Amino acid sequence: MGCIEEMNYEILLKNTSFKECREFVESNFKEIYKVKPGYKMFDVYLIGVPPVVIGIDGDHVVFPYTKPCYGTFLLRVRGEEEIASLRVGGGI
Amino acid sequence: MNRLNNALLLLGCPELPVQTGIALYLANKLAKNDVDVTIAGTRSAINLIKVSDPERNYAKKMIDLDRCIENIAEKQMDFDSCFVFIHNDAGISYLATIQSILNANLSAIVFGGDAETLSSAIEFECGKIVAKTAHNPIPLKKKIDEVI
Repeated sequence: MGCIEEMNYEILLKNTSFKECREFVESNFKEIYKVKPGYKMFDVYLIGVPPVVIGIDGDHVVFPYTKPCYGTFLLRVRGEEEIASLRVGGGI
Repeated sequence: MNRLNNALLLLGCPELPVQTGIALYLANKLAKNDVDVTIAGTRSAINLIKVSDPERNYAKKMIDLDRCIENIAEKQMDFDSCFVFIHNDAGISYLATIQSILNANLSAIVFGGDAETLSSAIEFECGKIVAKTAHNPIPLKKKIDEVI
């Protein structure tokens, strides 16, 4: 999953839990999509407890990114293609 | 326990000492039952296994954790059973992800100071091997011996 780490991302929450990330996205973004763990985005497979909630913020996606030793981060990354895929697929 | 042909041991962050010892113990125990074992983990977790078992007597197959998730999601790897090592919130996330992408007999090995809280946070059916221990592997070993 080195791909995301090489991207230009903003950390909205760090060293947090999947539950806090889910609540933050649901509380702060109007357009959200719920996907299953293992959903592919930016060439990585999202790790999490279902439903994994992804927010849309303009042309950026907001999603949880989990590392075994550091917990879950909530990232904001520009991704027009990912947004289009979410809108077409509609999530779970 | 049903007869298993191949098993994945999915390790978490190696900060708690019991993980490496229990992983090697479980790998050996499964291998003696003719189970083909693969161990997945972070670079540090895998390096701990490699240094602890330099002759590869117990850990015969190892793979990077992210690569393993990718291979399972893309149906390039499959396992009859999976044991996920959990001692933090991230471990629960990995367990739920495996449950979502792999159709296998799933067991959570939960340990560390928050073992009981973490175990109760598992919201779906799976085997649970739980011991509140971080340094001493014996409580976890005893629980494993009860089910395998």
